[in-house]
Amino acid sequence: MTGPAEPLAGVRVVELADGWAAHCGRILADLGADVVKVEPSSGDSARARPPFIADRPGADRSLWWIALNANKRGVTLDLAHPAGPRVLRRLVERADVLIEAYEPGTLEARGLGADVLSSWNERLIHTSITPYGSDGPLAHAPASDLEVTASSGALALAGEPGQRPLRTTLPQSPFWAGMYGAMGTLFAYLAREASGRGQRVDTSAQASMVTVTPPATVHWDVGHEEHKRLGPFLLGRSIVGARFRNIWRCRDGYVSFAIQGGAIGRHTGKMLLEWMRTRGEPPAVVAQIESDGFDNTTLRQDEVERIEAAIAPFFEGLTKREFFDGVVARNMLGYPVSTVADVEADPQLAARDFWQEVEVPAAGRSVAFPGGFALFDGERPRIHRPAPRLGEHNDEVYVRELAIEARDMEATRMAEAVA
Amino acid sequence: MTQVAASPSVRSGAPQALSGIRVVEIGFAAAGPLVGKYLADHGAEVIKLESRRAPDVFRSTYPPFKDNLPGPDRAGMFAFYNVGKRGVTLDLKHPKGLELARALIAKSDVLIESFPAGTMARRGLDHATLSALNPGLVMLSSCNQGQTGPHAQHPGYGSQLTALAGFTHLLGERDENPVILYGPYIDYIAVGYGVIAILAALARRKATGKGCYIDLSQYEAGLQFMAPAILEHRVNGTVPSRGGDHDPVAVPHGVYRARGEDRWVALSVWDDAEWTRFREALDDPEWTRRASWATAAGRRADESKIDALVEQWTATRTRDEIVDALRSRGLRAAPVVTIAELASDPQLVSRGYFRALPHPVLNIVQCLASPFTLSGTPSRQERAGPLLGADNDLVFGKILGIGDEERATLAADGVFV
Repeated sequence: MTGPAEPLAGVRVVELADGWAAHCGRILADLGADVVKVEPSSGDSARARPPFIADRPGADRSLWWIALNANKRGVTLDLAHPAGPRVLRRLVERADVLIEAYEPGTLEARGLGADVLSSWNERLIHTSITPYGSDGPLAHAPASDLEVTASSGALALAGEPGQRPLRTTLPQSPFWAGMYGAMGTLFAYLAREASGRGQRVDTSAQASMVTVTPPATVHWDVGHEEHKRLGPFLLGRSIVGARFRNIWRCRDGYVSFAIQGGAIGRHTGKMLLEWMRTRGEPPAVVAQIESDGFDNTTLRQDEVERIEAAIAPFFEGLTKREFFDGVVARNMLGYPVSTVADVEADPQLAARDFWQEVEVPAAGRSVAFPGGFALFDGERPRIHRPAPRLGEHNDEVYVRELAIEARDMEATRMAEAVA
Repeated sequence: MTQVAASPSVRSGAPQALSGIRVVEIGFAAAGPLVGKYLADHGAEVIKLESRRAPDVFRSTYPPFKDNLPGPDRAGMFAFYNVGKRGVTLDLKHPKGLELARALIAKSDVLIESFPAGTMARRGLDHATLSALNPGLVMLSSCNQGQTGPHAQHPGYGSQLTALAGFTHLLGERDENPVILYGPYIDYIAVGYGVIAILAALARRKATGKGCYIDLSQYEAGLQFMAPAILEHRVNGTVPSRGGDHDPVAVPHGVYRARGEDRWVALSVWDDAEWTRFREALDDPEWTRRASWATAAGRRADESKIDALVEQWTATRTRDEIVDALRSRGLRAAPVVTIAELASDPQLVSRGYFRALPHPVLNIVQCLASPFTLSGTPSRQERAGPLLGADNDLVFGKILGIGDEERATLAADGVFV
C-alpha cells in the first residue's frame, strides 16, 4: 500500500526529449511515479544550461538540469537508429504516461505519431508540451522562454512605464508549462479510470503563461482599462484609477507593502501607524489609513502619493529583517523583497522541515533542495535520487527490466564524446 | 429563483475526467477559488460556500465592477475566478449553518479551503471532524505559509508573498530597482500545485479508499519555481539577481523597440548557426560581419554593442515584419503582446482558449479554458461565477434534500445569510 506522500506510486512515466517537458516529469516523480527520462545519445540540452557547479560546464554539472531532473531515472536512446523505435515501443508498452516536447510533427515524421503510440498501448496518456501547442498558426514557431513570455502578455506587464518589458532572470515558462502539463496528465489519468483509454494532453507554454496575466485581462474585459507595466506600482485596487506603490526602499534592500482596503487592509493600516509611532509621531496625512471608514478604492492619486511619501522614510529606516519580524508580530500585510539567501534563512521553512538534503555526486556533497510542494497527511514528498548521469539506468531499465535484445541495444549507446 | 432555472442542474454532454466528483469550496480571492475552477472545468460539481456577512474580497474590494459601481454581483474578478461553480450562502456561525455545511461536506469528495491556518478549526470544520464524517474526503488547505510553524497564521496577499519567495528580486534591469511581477503571481503557482495534489490524492483514493489532508503552503509551492536559483546559491555561494532580459547562453537575447508607440519584439539567437541565419534575415548588413561575432564568446563580449545595433534594425520595422523575417528562417522571435491584444491573439483564439461566458449582471465575461487540451475529455466552461446565493435552492433542496417548508424556516432563522 502506497503512503500518502507517494500517491502516484506504481505509475510509469516515460519522459522523452528535453526542454519544456522536464518540470512535468519532475512533479510526477515527486509524487511517487517512476519517471524514466529518455535522452538522446549526446545528452539532454538542459545539461548545457548554466549555471554550473563551480562555474565549470560538464554533463552532470548544470544546476538547472540537476534541479529539474531529480527523482528520475535516466536512459539514452537514439530514435534515429533503426532499432530506436523498437526500444521506445518496449518502454511505451508498459507506461501509463509519455511526456514529450518535440516540435509538432516530429514524432509523426519518424513513424511515431499519436496513432502509432496508442496502437502500442491504448491506455497510454500522451502529454506534449510545446511553445504554442500542437495546432494553430504558431504550432511550428520556435520559441524560448523569452518569446513565449512575450506572446502571453506577461512580458508587457513587467518593467518601468514606457521602457523595455522585462522577464524574470530565472526562466519561468518551463515551470508553468511543466506544471500545467502535469495537471492535464492527471486529469487524463483519472479519466482513464472510467474509460480504460488514454488520451492526448496537448499543453501550450504560451497559454500556460497567460494564466499569470489576470487580473489584467479582467480589467480589460469588464472595466475597459488596459494595464501596462508600472515599475513598482500596482493598479486595479481603485475605482478612480489610482496606483499604489508595492515596492519600497528599505535600509538594506527593498520591502513589499501596499496601502490596502478591506478588513485586513485596515488592520494593517492601524498596525503601521502604531509601529510608526514607536519612532515618533507620523505625519498627519497617514492617520486616515487607520480609520474604520478607510476605503482604498476611492482614494485619489494625489492622496495616495501624499500618504506614501509620508510612509517611505519609515521603511527606509528598517532592515528587511526588521520589517519582516515587525509585520509578522503585528499580523499585518507585507513582506521583504527576499534574495534566495534570505529565503534560505527563513525560520518558517526550517520549522516545517522544508529543505531536503540530496546527495549531488558532481558537487561531491549533499545540497539542501526545496522539499516537496505540500504535505499529504503530514508527510512531505521526498527526493529519493539526484538527477541521473547520462545513461545511468540503461542497464537497469533495458537489460534487467525489459530484456531488450542485444542487437537492439545499439540504439541505446551513448555518444563517445560524452560517455 | 431565475438563476437556478437558467443553469442546468445536470452538466451536459459526454463524461469528463471528474464527472461524479462533488467539491465544496470555502475560500476567497484567487488561490483557493481557482483550484475549484479547474476542477469544475473538468466535470466536477463545485459548490462555493459564502456568506453575505463576509463575501469574497473579489466581490467587495477589488475592481472592476459593472459600470464601476461596486456590488457583490457586479464584480468582474469574482465572475472570472469562479467559472462553472454553484454559489450558496450559509452562515457558518449559526449552529444550523455549521450542521448543513458538515452535511454537505459529508456528501462530497473534495473540500478546498484557503483561510489562514486555524480558521477552519475555530469554525468547527477541521480535518479531524470532517474526516470522521467522511473518511474518503480529500481536503486541501491552501494558505500563505502552511498550517504549522511560527508564521502559520500570518495573513498575506500573493503579490507580496511573491517578493518573499525571491521572485521580485530577479525582475528588473541589472543594478536597478526591482519591479513588480504583475498580479498575485505566486498564488497561481499554488493553484496549479493544489489541483495536482487533489488529483493525485483522488487517484490514490481509487486504489486505497483513503482520503487525504493536503497542507499546501503557497510559499513552499512557489519555491519549486525557484529551485535552480536556490541551488546556485547553495552550491556556488552566489546570490542570483535581476539581469534585465539577458540570458547566460543566447546573444543577442532581448526585447527591442519596434516601429510604433510602445511596440516591442522579443528575439534570441542561441548558437553560431542561428547567428548566420540571423544575419541573412537582416540582409547581412556590414555591422553583422565582424569576424569575432561569428562565435558565441565574441558575441557575449560585445553584447551591449550588438543589442544597440539590433535595435537600430528593429526600430524602423513593425513587429510583424521583424517576427516574420526571423521565424521564416527558423529563428525565435515574437511580438510583445499587450493586454489589449491578448484576447484576439490568433494562436490562442485558434486553440479556443478564451471562453465568452454568460453572466446575469455582467452579460458576457471573457474567461479562460485550461492551458492544455484533452482529446478525449475536453474541458468545459458554461457560465461565469455565480451570483451570491444563486444555487441555494438547488444545493440545499436537491442535494441535501431539505424540503421547501423547512428551507423557508431556516431562511427566516438567518441560516442562509
